Amino acid sequence: MKEATATPKKIVPKKTPIPEQPPDVRRSNFNEVSLGYTPELAIQEASRCLNCKKPACVEGCPVGVPIPRFIKAIREGNFDGAIAVIKESNLLPAVCGRVCPQENQCEKKCLLGKKFEPVGIGRLERFAADQALANGGLQEPPISLPTGKRVAVVGSGPSGLSCAYELARQGHHVCIYEALHEAGGVLVYGIPEFRLPKSIVYSEIEVLKKMGVEIVTNAVVGKLITIDEIMKEYDACFIGSGAGLPKFMGIDGENLNGVYSANEFLTRVNLMRAYRFPEFDTPVKHGDRVAVFGGGNVAMDAARTALRIGAAEVILVYRRSLLELPARREEVHHAQEEGIQFELCTNPVRILGDDRGQVRAIECVRMDLCELDASGRRSPKPVLGSEFEIPVTIAIVALGTGANPLIAQSAKNLEVSKKLYIVADPETGRTNLEGVYAGGDIVTGSATVISAMGAGRKAAKAMHEYLLQKKTRN
Amino acid sequence: MPKILEKKLLRKPDVFYFKIAAPLISKKAQPGQFVILRLHDKGERIPISLADINPEEGTISLIVMAVGKTTTEMSLMNEGDDILDLCGPLGSPTHIEHAAKVIVVGGGFGVAPLYPIARAFKAAGSEVVCVMGARSRDLLIYEKEMGQVCSRVLITTDDGSAGMKGVVTEALRQELEKGGTSLVITVGPAIMMKFVSETTRPFGVKTVVSLNPIMVDGTGMCGGCRVIVGGKTFFACTDGPEFDGHLVDWDILMNRQKSYLPEQKESFDAWKQRHTGVLCE
Repeated sequence: MKEATATPKKIVPKKTPIPEQPPDVRRSNFNEVSLGYTPELAIQEASRCLNCKKPACVEGCPVGVPIPRFIKAIREGNFDGAIAVIKESNLLPAVCGRVCPQENQCEKKCLLGKKFEPVGIGRLERFAADQALANGGLQEPPISLPTGKRVAVVGSGPSGLSCAYELARQGHHVCIYEALHEAGGVLVYGIPEFRLPKSIVYSEIEVLKKMGVEIVTNAVVGKLITIDEIMKEYDACFIGSGAGLPKFMGIDGENLNGVYSANEFLTRVNLMRAYRFPEFDTPVKHGDRVAVFGGGNVAMDAARTALRIGAAEVILVYRRSLLELPARREEVHHAQEEGIQFELCTNPVRILGDDRGQVRAIECVRMDLCELDASGRRSPKPVLGSEFEIPVTIAIVALGTGANPLIAQSAKNLEVSKKLYIVADPETGRTNLEGVYAGGDIVTGSATVISAMGAGRKAAKAMHEYLLQKKTRN
Repeated sequence: MPKILEKKLLRKPDVFYFKIAAPLISKKAQPGQFVILRLHDKGERIPISLADINPEEGTISLIVMAVGKTTTEMSLMNEGDDILDLCGPLGSPTHIEHAAKVIVVGGGFGVAPLYPIARAFKAAGSEVVCVMGARSRDLLIYEKEMGQVCSRVLITTDDGSAGMKGVVTEALRQELEKGGTSLVITVGPAIMMKFVSETTRPFGVKTVVSLNPIMVDGTGMCGGCRVIVGGKTFFACTDGPEFDGHLVDWDILMNRQKSYLPEQKESFDAWKQRHTGVLCE
């Protein structure tokens, strides 16, 4: 370990375990699963970091957090210093510490991980952010003198928030347009409370407001205001509207009562708080037996949410094997611990209803995994004659989303792909329209919170340069 | 927050007219579109069709019938009160163009959103005939307003207390038999729109219906409002709300509209328990 500067010591091979709510308790509440490190545990885990001179972990981070520096601060008990370091490049550490797929990013590159378990970077990031939240909230960063430039940001999800943060920090006036009645995008309508408490998202958004960022809710860009109109009022615009159009399978019975898109199911429960119906007005069906189609993080969220609102059994139906399951390992592990059943190598072929038009069962077929397909995964083929029924009363389709067409339809000159994703330079977010930038899921299709944040941040950098060279409007 | 500027009891006991200050929405809104509103921080989002749009005044008008919890709560709001969240305009506008003769068919308080549509067709130089129906004379709304923008208003009531005794489809059939109709537009309960579509089908007259499935966000995000038209799935919020009535799968629509009846009742009952004495029986 030549690169390491830490004094030679016996390396603890495993991550310091993080306290969690026991599975049998948490499966019936919406409180956060993971309870977070105590200061002692955090210092213990921070001490595992080798403090590499050329930290590979930083390369693995889409927003380039100076990871060894903040971990060093934690090790020294300097928690304020740790959060200050993180905030140099990450607006939403309390969010990212929870929902980033660290195992594919920073922790995947961790040198320690080559022989042992990598450093629990995500857990430490979360710890630093939570410490700051507990001690009087997150502080806004220093802000440059006002530039007099005005920027509109479309969407208040991860890409919009991070873009707004970076631009506000540079002294630009930023106004965010959000279609829903609450800011936060997928962080409030999609990711469940037990994985990301809303209070954390609100605190992070409060920081933006303290920095002078305006947030206009109930403003559907493409309907209430168009991109052309925005560009008449603002010097630049960033589109981070997200993907968000749920995909259905086109199988029989998909319009029966009791069939939800994961977006609808999660929006009802998260944004509209249906888990507290009738205190809150919006209801959601909580079947005794629930099937969830899909194997991504959203499928895991939907399955675990269904359990918490009262399902006795939740069956996740995925057409490939555990190996190909695209969800984070941690989420799969948590789901298994909570008793979610996995019907792998299985595909739904139709949804069966009763005489009231309500779901009563799903018919599935077993799948054989054959040769590798274009995505590098084994392609599933149905096994003839293997059809079987699973009795359920709720089916949730979590097979991804397509591009929401509202902005593209209202901005005729904006270049979009065949599938209506906005065409933007991956490094700068620049679109074919001058001053209009885009990033996040509306450019790449469904991805992660942190990659959307990275896109927002990169675009902000390019926009800042553009705004500086642009003449002040008259 | 958008303020209620005017509130009127339009029809006893439960149909109310609201004029709301919404300068931005009023500048963009077109006939056939709708808004989604939420009254308080525990409230649901409900879609309501625009009954009028006045960009000069910066207002929109909504007609609300107090049938469930949210609509009842709204019916108890007054001039000067603020609507917590008002989002719109949503949906695609009615395609307005000159047509020789347009028949607009409204049932119940579905007549209200037909008013700006009829006015726009008249402005495009079309002859507009209105067919409106209700159970009895007391339940009719907007006859006067429709009279101002339509060449004729044909009224039907189930009990014969006003206009022709019978249902709207009969008056519609008689009007269609005269010939010359290029378009029928209907807004109202799904069952009525279904029978209007069945009435026009043999005449081969294009029939536009405004679908009203259950919605959550209204921006294409949840897919709860999906409807089947011509065998394909569409989202009423972004692809609609208007569709070709001859191609709509009405059974699926009507079944999906019933999804939450027990919950709607539970929620309303719980509210009524907490608010005894607020409502006149």
